Amino acid sequence: MTARAQSNLVPLALGFGSLIAAILVFEVLIRVGLINRFIVPMPSQIAGAFHRVITEEEIPHRFLVTAREALWATLLLALFGIGIGVLLYRVKLLRDATETWVAAMASAPTVLMYPLFLVIFGRSERTIIMMGFVAGLPAVILKTIEGLASTREVLVNVGRSFKLSEMQLFWKIYFPTAMPTIFVGMRLGMIFALINIVGVEFLINFGGLGQLINDLAERYDLPGTYAAICFVILVSVIFFFLTDRLERWLRPAA
Amino acid sequence: MAETGRLTAPTAPLASPVTLVRVAIIAAVLVTWEAVAASGLLFRDVVPSLTMIGRALAELLMDPTYYWHLGVTAGEIGVAMLIGGLAGLVVGILLGSNRLLGRAYEAYLYYLGPTPKIIFFPVMIMWFGVGPGSKVAMGVLSCFFPVALSAAAGMRQINPILIRVGRSFRASTWQMVTKIYLPAMRLPILNGVRLGLGVAIIGTLLAETKLSNRGIGFLIINAYSTFNMPRMYALLIVLFVLSIGVNAVVGRLGGVDAIKR
Repeated sequence: MTARAQSNLVPLALGFGSLIAAILVFEVLIRVGLINRFIVPMPSQIAGAFHRVITEEEIPHRFLVTAREALWATLLLALFGIGIGVLLYRVKLLRDATETWVAAMASAPTVLMYPLFLVIFGRSERTIIMMGFVAGLPAVILKTIEGLASTREVLVNVGRSFKLSEMQLFWKIYFPTAMPTIFVGMRLGMIFALINIVGVEFLINFGGLGQLINDLAERYDLPGTYAAICFVILVSVIFFFLTDRLERWLRPAA
Repeated sequence: MAETGRLTAPTAPLASPVTLVRVAIIAAVLVTWEAVAASGLLFRDVVPSLTMIGRALAELLMDPTYYWHLGVTAGEIGVAMLIGGLAGLVVGILLGSNRLLGRAYEAYLYYLGPTPKIIFFPVMIMWFGVGPGSKVAMGVLSCFFPVALSAAAGMRQINPILIRVGRSFRASTWQMVTKIYLPAMRLPILNGVRLGLGVAIIGTLLAETKLSNRGIGFLIINAYSTFNMPRMYALLIVLFVLSIGVNAVVGRLGGVDAIKR
């Protein structure tokens, strides 16, 4: 084994080993009664509940429902987020007037508008999709503007020397150059959207994975609740990991 | 003979074009809102008239119980920031100062940070009850990750010369933290606090909307339950103004604009 592989393995083993050790400590503390098993179920019970939750609670179907909502929110983000970003970049006066508003919206707790969206769209998937869309919109707009604004002047001049039309300039110069930054915005937007989608599903007890956690908690099925939470965390981590890899792949080499 | 023109000092326009565009956008939104409210296109009261929202806003701001609920929410968020911020700071300093620990555990924080925290609420209710404890716990859980990650990143950005100077003076661990690490990490930490505060507000308020009988989140969901739409709009307006304002103040305190530049 090379020294580099060894140096990578040690932190990995320490991190994973600590996780396993913490799980074992909890198992022992609950078994000896130091932690109330009616509040925190044993990790072995949670592991056992996984199979039951997957088969009896229709996890694949619920996963598809959440994925469908996330997909719709992503499509809306791509359409409106990038569209508005391009518009604001092209119309400088509009950008100067509204960019600070968009940035302020990014720090506003828009998810708290879910009761309002419930009234407008009803207790339906549309409310969940719109909440995801609204949460992710500022990030996509701001990153689209940033990406387009960072296009090198020399590339634009080359395009102009070839007498490219405005449309050709956009599709052949601006958009490919801005693509990595726009993807960063899309990734952030998708993360905010997914957080809000699962959160609102939980809060309004409707939809896919978020509703499952609420359902199980209301039935006081503690091992099932913990297993469902672990499943949602796993899905989120895989999603962030994959989009993170894609972002690194798209990013131009320094 | 040519007559020379009299030089006149240029007069500054009353308002810049940017201000005019902003005023035009706000005016267009308000007029559209009022037109939709009067048209009856949507269900009654879904889009209440601006006068109704204004009246609800005035009533809300003059209502003493509103300030009591605001105090409850502010207290929960304050305690959450204190516990979660301090825990995040300690963990961040540990992970940032030790290469092995950082490489072993930081990936867990990085990937767990963006998960939807509200799904932990049933667990928090089990652990801390239905009172303010579970709301504080949600705030702690929300703000811990951004503060820890920012502190770890800030720790690694400290100029090594500063650390060597501290060590050459034989500074104790406490002295190193208070005299070298924290002053050198001021900007990343305040940036983390700003991000942490934003998510702590969201976590606490969402928990209040789910299960509570006090706080701003409770008032919002109560307005929804009683279909008092003007009051819900008024509450959302006040909440947005407060959140954006607090965020901007923390950003200014930490010179976050300077970081971006």
